[in-house]
Amino acid sequence: MIKQATYIKAYCSIQNNKIDLNGTSVFKTGECLFVDFAKAAYRNFELNYPKFFKMDNLSKLAFLAAELLLKNELETDRDIALLLSNKSSSLDTDIKFQESINNQENYFPSPAVFVYTLPNICMGEISIRHNLKSENTFFIFEEFNPGFMSNYTNVLLCTNRAEEVLCGWVEYYKDTYRAFLYIVTTTFGIPHDATTIQTLFNK
Amino acid sequence: MEALQQELKEKIIKILNLEDISVEDINDNDPLFGAGLGLDSIDALELIVMLDKDYGIKLVDPKEGKAIFESVATMAKYISEKRTK
Amino acid sequence: MKLRDVFITEQNCITPIGFDVATNIQNIANGQSGIRLHQNKLLMVTPFYAAMIDDAIVKTAFQKYADSANYTKLEQMMILALLPVIEKLKPIFNQKTALIISTTKGNISALEKLREQHLQKTDLNQLGRVIATFFGFSTVPIIVSNACVSGILAVGIAKRLIQSECYDQVFVVGGDEVSKFVLSGFNSFQAMSDSPCQPYSIHRKGVSLGEASAAVCITADATNATMRIIGDGAINDANHISGPSRTGEGLYRSVERALLESAIDRNELDYINAHGTATSYNDEMEAVAFNRLGIAHVPLNSLKGYYGHTLGASGLLETVIGIQSVLENKLFPSLGFDEMGLSQPLNIIGKNEQKEINYWLKTASGFGGCNTAVVFQKMTS
Repeated sequence: MIKQATYIKAYCSIQNNKIDLNGTSVFKTGECLFVDFAKAAYRNFELNYPKFFKMDNLSKLAFLAAELLLKNELETDRDIALLLSNKSSSLDTDIKFQESINNQENYFPSPAVFVYTLPNICMGEISIRHNLKSENTFFIFEEFNPGFMSNYTNVLLCTNRAEEVLCGWVEYYKDTYRAFLYIVTTTFGIPHDATTIQTLFNK
Repeated sequence: MEALQQELKEKIIKILNLEDISVEDINDNDPLFGAGLGLDSIDALELIVMLDKDYGIKLVDPKEGKAIFESVATMAKYISEKRTK
Repeated sequence: MKLRDVFITEQNCITPIGFDVATNIQNIANGQSGIRLHQNKLLMVTPFYAAMIDDAIVKTAFQKYADSANYTKLEQMMILALLPVIEKLKPIFNQKTALIISTTKGNISALEKLREQHLQKTDLNQLGRVIATFFGFSTVPIIVSNACVSGILAVGIAKRLIQSECYDQVFVVGGDEVSKFVLSGFNSFQAMSDSPCQPYSIHRKGVSLGEASAAVCITADATNATMRIIGDGAINDANHISGPSRTGEGLYRSVERALLESAIDRNELDYINAHGTATSYNDEMEAVAFNRLGIAHVPLNSLKGYYGHTLGASGLLETVIGIQSVLENKLFPSLGFDEMGLSQPLNIIGKNEQKEINYWLKTASGFGGCNTAVVFQKMTS
C-alpha cells in the first residue's frame, strides 16, 4: 500500500442551511428551501457567476463548497483532481426529468434537466469554473467511505496524477443535503487518513 | 407583436434561469447568443422545446434555430407566422 | 516508488449479437449489427433505432441460475456477464478482492412508476448489493457513475487500485439498458439518428442507443493473462457540460498521460478502439485530438455501429471486444462508416484485416467534459 504522508489543506461542510469552512461557521440562514439558501449564499459570497442559476441542486451544492475552497486560488494554473462521491447519484434530478416524460399528453423532455441526470456533471461545473483540466471521478457509495476515499486520493497524489485532490461527499435528495469537501495535498496541513476525515465529516 | 415580444422575454428569463436579468434588459433586436445574453447550446435546445410546448411549432431541423433565435424580434416574427396554439 | 504490473485475465459480454465473446466476434466479423428499428410506444412514441436484447432471451438464459422474478433485466444481464468469469477463476472473496460496477443510469426504468418502492430499485447501491450478494463478494461494491466514460474509467480505476496494492484482484462489471428516460433525453438533445448510427461518416446524424453488459477480471497475477494494462488517464475538458471541447483538450491530455505512463513510443500503437458515437461534435473532436497527438495514422474503429451507444457499459464492452480482436490479430471495420466526414484525417478501418497487434489504445468521452484513455499491451506466451 502507498505510505507517503498526505495532508488536508482545507475542508468545507454544507448542511442544514449552514456553511462551515475549516470548522468555523462562515454563513447560515434561517429555515428555508435549499434553492433559497443556495441563492443567499451565492449573494453573500458575491460569486458573480450567472451559470450558477442554471445548475441543478446537486451541482449548486458541490459548486458552493468547491467555490469556498478554491476561490483564493483562482489566478494560478493548478493540477487539482476531483474525486467526489454520494449515495443518491442524480436521483433528485432524475425524478424531475421523469415527471416531464411520464404523461404522454404533456411529454416535453427538457434537455437542460436531462444533462444534470448524471452525478459527474457537478464535477464538470467545478472544472469549468476553475479551469481544472484534471483527473475526474464520481463514485457512488451507501455512505461516506473514508477508507476508500483516502486510499484512492493517495493513489492519485503518489502516482503524480495531481498536485492536489479536491475530494469528498456531495449528496442531495428531496431537499435533504450534505456536502463535505476537502483538499488533500502532499505538503502541509492536518494529517490525511480515514479516521481524521471521518471525524471531520461527523462534525 | 409587442405583446408577444414581451411574453417571450419573460419566458426566456424564466425558462433559461437568467437570474439577474429583467425584461427591460433585453432589447428586441439584441443578439440572444454569444455576446448578447450569453446563451449556449443547451439553451438553444430548451428554446426548441418551448416552441413546441407553448406555440405548437415543431422544429424539424435544429439548424433552423440559429436564424429563428437570433433575437426576440426574429423569434416573435417566426412564432406569429407558424404558431398552432 | 515501483508500482505493480496489472493484467486482464478473463472477459465476457452480453449483447444483442451474442451472450459470449466468441459469438459476438463471429457476428462482428460477418458485419452483423445489433441495431434494429423498434416500434415500442412504451419506450418512445415514434419508431427508433436501437440495439436491444429481447427480455425473454435474457430471462431464459438467467433462469438456469436463479429465479429471474427476483432480478431486474439489467441485474440479470450484469450477472450473466460476470458469471462465466467467476466460474472460471473461482476467486477467494476476501478483503483483497473488489467488485467495481460501472453504469450510467442503472435500473432507471424502475423510475417510471415514481413510487417509493420502485425508487429503491433505482438506487445504484442496491444494484451493487444485488450483484455482490449473488456472487458472495465480501468487500463493499465500488460504483463508478461517470457518464459515458464509466466503463473504461472503471478499468483504469481497477488498474490503479491494484498497482497501489489496495486490492489484488478486481472484477469489473458494466451495464446499461435502453429506457424511455434515456431515449427521450437523447432525443431532446436532437442527438438521435433516424437511421443506424454511422460513426465518422459525412452522413452521420447522431447516436443509436444500445443495451449490453460486460465483465473483466483485472489482477496482479500474470497467470493466464491476455493483456497488460500499461497506462491510463482520465482528464476533464473544463469546457462545457454537454458539448465536447473543440480542441479535444481533455481527450488529448488523457491519451498523453496514458502514453507517458505506458513508456511506449506513440508510433508503436497498432490499433485504436475509439468512442465514435456518431454525433457531429464528438467524432470531429476525436479527429482533432488524435491529429494533435500524432496518432491519426493508426487504424481505428468505433464499435457503436454494432452495439449502438451502451452508455456506462460501452467502454467496458468495447474493451472486451477489443481484447479478443487483438488476441486474434483482427481489425474489424468501423460499421456504418462510408464517406469521410471529418475535417482532419483518421485511418478508419473499412474491411476485415489481419494485422499483428501488440499495443492498442481504448478511449471514451462523455457528458460533463470527461474523457478516458487506456493503453494495453498484448501478452505473448
